[in-house]
Amino acid sequence: MAQDKSVISCKNVWKVFGDHPAQLAGRLGPDTTMEELRASGHIAAVRNVSLDIARGEMLVVMGLSGSGKSTLIRCLARLIDITSGAITVEGRDLGAMTETELIDLRRRKMGMVFQSFGLLPHRTALENVAFPLEMRGQDRISRIARASEMLNLVGLGGREGYFPRELSGGQQQRVGIARSLAVEPDIWFLDEPFSALDPLIRREMQDEFLRLKAMMAKTIVFITHDFDEALRLADRIAIMKDGAVEQIDTPERIVMAPATPYVAKFTSAVDRARVVHAGALALPVSGRSVEGTALPATETLHTLARRILQDDRPMIPVSGADGRISGVIDRAAALDLLLGPAA
Amino acid sequence: MSGALSRLPRPALALFCLAALLCLGRFILPDGLMRLPEPLILPFARWINTAFAFLRDDLGLMVVTRAISDAVEFCLDVTANLLYGKSRWPMLGPIPWVVIAATMGMAGYVLAGWRLALLSAGTFVWIAVMGQWKWAMETLSVIVVAAPFSVLLGILAGTLAWRFRRVERVMNPILNIAQSLPHFAYMIPVVVFIGVGPKAGAIVTIIFSVPPMIRMTLLGLRAVPPEIIESGKMSGTTKWQLMRSVRIPAARTELLIGINQVIMQSLAMVVLASFIGMPGLGQKLLNLLQSLKIGLSVEIGITIVLLAVVLDRLSKAWALKQPEHLTAGASWMVRNRHLLIWLGLCAAGFALAALHPYFAVVERKQALTLAGPIDAGVDGFIRLVTPLTDWLRWFLITWVLIPLRDGFLWLPFSAVLAFLAGLGWLVGGARSALICLAFILPIALSGWWDRAMITVYTVTVAVVIALLIGLPLGVWAAGRPARASRFILICDTLQTFPSFIYLIPVVMLFGVNDVAVIAAVMVFATVPILRFTIEGLRGVPAETIEAAAMSGAGPRQVLWHVKLPLAVPTLVIGANQSIMFALFMVIIAAFIGTQDLGQEMQRALSSTDVGKGLVLGFAVAFMGLMADHLLLTWAAGRRKKLGAAQSAA
Ligand SMILES: Nc1ncnc2c1ncn2[C@@H]1O[C@H](COP(=O)(O)OP(=O)(O)O)[C@@H](O)[C@H]1O
Ligand SMILES: [Mg+2]
Repeated sequence: MAQDKSVISCKNVWKVFGDHPAQLAGRLGPDTTMEELRASGHIAAVRNVSLDIARGEMLVVMGLSGSGKSTLIRCLARLIDITSGAITVEGRDLGAMTETELIDLRRRKMGMVFQSFGLLPHRTALENVAFPLEMRGQDRISRIARASEMLNLVGLGGREGYFPRELSGGQQQRVGIARSLAVEPDIWFLDEPFSALDPLIRREMQDEFLRLKAMMAKTIVFITHDFDEALRLADRIAIMKDGAVEQIDTPERIVMAPATPYVAKFTSAVDRARVVHAGALALPVSGRSVEGTALPATETLHTLARRILQDDRPMIPVSGADGRISGVIDRAAALDLLLGPAA
Repeated sequence: MSGALSRLPRPALALFCLAALLCLGRFILPDGLMRLPEPLILPFARWINTAFAFLRDDLGLMVVTRAISDAVEFCLDVTANLLYGKSRWPMLGPIPWVVIAATMGMAGYVLAGWRLALLSAGTFVWIAVMGQWKWAMETLSVIVVAAPFSVLLGILAGTLAWRFRRVERVMNPILNIAQSLPHFAYMIPVVVFIGVGPKAGAIVTIIFSVPPMIRMTLLGLRAVPPEIIESGKMSGTTKWQLMRSVRIPAARTELLIGINQVIMQSLAMVVLASFIGMPGLGQKLLNLLQSLKIGLSVEIGITIVLLAVVLDRLSKAWALKQPEHLTAGASWMVRNRHLLIWLGLCAAGFALAALHPYFAVVERKQALTLAGPIDAGVDGFIRLVTPLTDWLRWFLITWVLIPLRDGFLWLPFSAVLAFLAGLGWLVGGARSALICLAFILPIALSGWWDRAMITVYTVTVAVVIALLIGLPLGVWAAGRPARASRFILICDTLQTFPSFIYLIPVVMLFGVNDVAVIAAVMVFATVPILRFTIEGLRGVPAETIEAAAMSGAGPRQVLWHVKLPLAVPTLVIGANQSIMFALFMVIIAAFIGTQDLGQEMQRALSSTDVGKGLVLGFAVAFMGLMADHLLLTWAAGRRKKLGAAQSAA
């Protein structure tokens, strides 16, 4: 990822909790082990993380609970200070910002959605959404107008006067989303926004989220521990374990080319056919005959399943976005992926 | 038995043996082990007096306190003018009683609906019609001034403690002591610095009711969920905005519960402040009780109780009230309907008052009184029970109280120290043994040992009787859910009454003597035991009871082998509160005649001897804190064991 294009960039970021993390700062290196830290009464919640997030990209951070996802995102928003390393946001060193600069950054550039919503219980839905605007001193009329607009956008028109406690979980999170978008941030953080919701509502909220995402170009960091959610949403996925990023890559490569045994185990239950695109399975044409209809390279095998089953050619051609044949896939390999290896 | 003994930790056993030996050998003990020898007694009182004199005269603290008290006095004058027409600026009052009653009724309606509206309006109508308006308003005018001061001070101090760990660390032990100091201990320094009268009453009330507000502020600010704070920060708040718009509003419930506690503490204190010349309901009650005018005291007592209940319900309803949305597009009239109704009621009230003076001020001779019938009824009742109460009094005094008191006084102080240290060791090892000694040794050193032992004896007798009554009653009450809820409600209501009230019935029954004191303390101490017994039994998980029932245990077996053992930690908290209450009450009851620390405290109060008053106050506080430490440490250990057993199962 080119440095100049990245909106957020982390270099060897460590976050250590414990008695005297500051004393450790100088000694943290790539080979500092958990055991060393634990011996001195510390926990590394984020361990030597380096990553770049491009403008407009959606990065999904995944990992088991306790793997440091929330801590990482809070470091990116500087809700907590990092122990060592550097984070730059739009080229500016986050750690070197003064309190005022930081507040200004949050007032114009950042929005965040929380797992348990973090709504202010004493304010109505409208007042909650208007809160960030109020804090930056926007006048009453314009902030109410903007807040109503945002509530309409998330489908809560008519509920402006309700208090959080009078709304369902899904509705509360809609308020949370509307609030985080009220200041038109460029960077949008979401920390497990849907995991407190029922599965049905969660699905509905994911659709809602995809709709909103399509409407605006934002750099998004999205945390989840639900792989299906990650696959539905991500441009790239970062998998964390014990505070370290094990692999950061496209969903397809995470599934097809796991960098570590942990990632392989982590993704083993995933239905590959839903992730892998026809293009990823394609072999070079290299002289084989390529007549007949071709499969689109950008579709997943799952969507193409019926066509692959009904096609009896051993080698099926694949066409790229421009319509030209880009390769062929081995039907047997594709069927293995779809149905599991033949017995 | 010997098995149980050998299971005791060695040092505890050794200390108990030492205590027993000291008791047995009391006839050959040197005097120095019986009572602390005279030269060892430290003149704490003189030191405190010197310190106070230095503060007052040399440091000129008097100027500061005068300035503060002048500000308080100004506020008091304003409320006094408005509420009962004292001729002071702004010279607008008195507000007709119908208007105040309507306002209180409206407050009740807005906060909790019709029933509270009727109760609170009814209370103020009762006060007016019974001709107690002026006294009640004298009392209220102090609360109206003192409570906001306390709340502000409490929020300030609480915020400081929340912000700076070090402040909290210093403040915590001070609060612990402050909350176990008897009321009178607060009054004496105030009398020294301010004098007597309403101003002093207000100031002592402010000081007395600050601690709960500090605690609730700290608790509330701590309890704000981290995500709410983070969402505030991500909304771009500055530190100040975060405090004002996020933290404080999110801590609303705790802060309002703090306000409720401040109001209730203020009421309790302002009634007692009659001892330092605070006019109002308390002073009336004190005078009437001292001259044994039962009917009239009952009337005042009813007023105080009604006020307590109304103030408590109103402020609790405020704390628990959740915001509710208005229907979209409601008109201005609808949105402000409560304000409009209130304004209408006030206008009607003023008009009524203009039409007939009865509705402005009820004159003395227009007042109703129930004193005649009450006195007649009480007399009849007393005549009926006199044989019983006389016998009870005789029996208790000759066969229980005097022997016990002599027994407590007979104990060598060294044996008591050894015994308490052993007890401490038993519950919490060397640390607790040292803590107990640290609390009890200063009492011996202060030279008030005998008086303190009399207080201990009174409290012990009262708490034991309270346990004997409260436990079975609690077990019975917890038998059915509906009954349990009813009893809890009664206990909660009883706990809102200012302690002074409990003296009315006991004086009525027993007259003015030792038995009356013990009875008052006992009644006051039964309430928390009853309450926590019910809570403890109700708190036993249903699954555990079902499991026992499935194992074939009968109801009695379930009670003895399952419910009671599991309820013990909660019971102990009840016993602990009961001891605290008893200590407070025994000091208050002193004015109807005791020979304990309380009586000396009364003397210190009338001679404004700060040193002596504070030494006595600390002695009482230390006894309470020691009981608190012993019981809570034991309960915590017990709870840990139960928890471990439950999680292992
Ligand atoms: N304020 C804190 N103090 C100490 N340890 C913390 C703190 N916050 C998080 N941790 C620890 O850091 C680790 C990562 O936590 P977190 O980032 O919340 O994980 P996740 O969001 O992936 O579930 C956990 O082991 C957690 O116990
Ligand atoms: Mg998390």
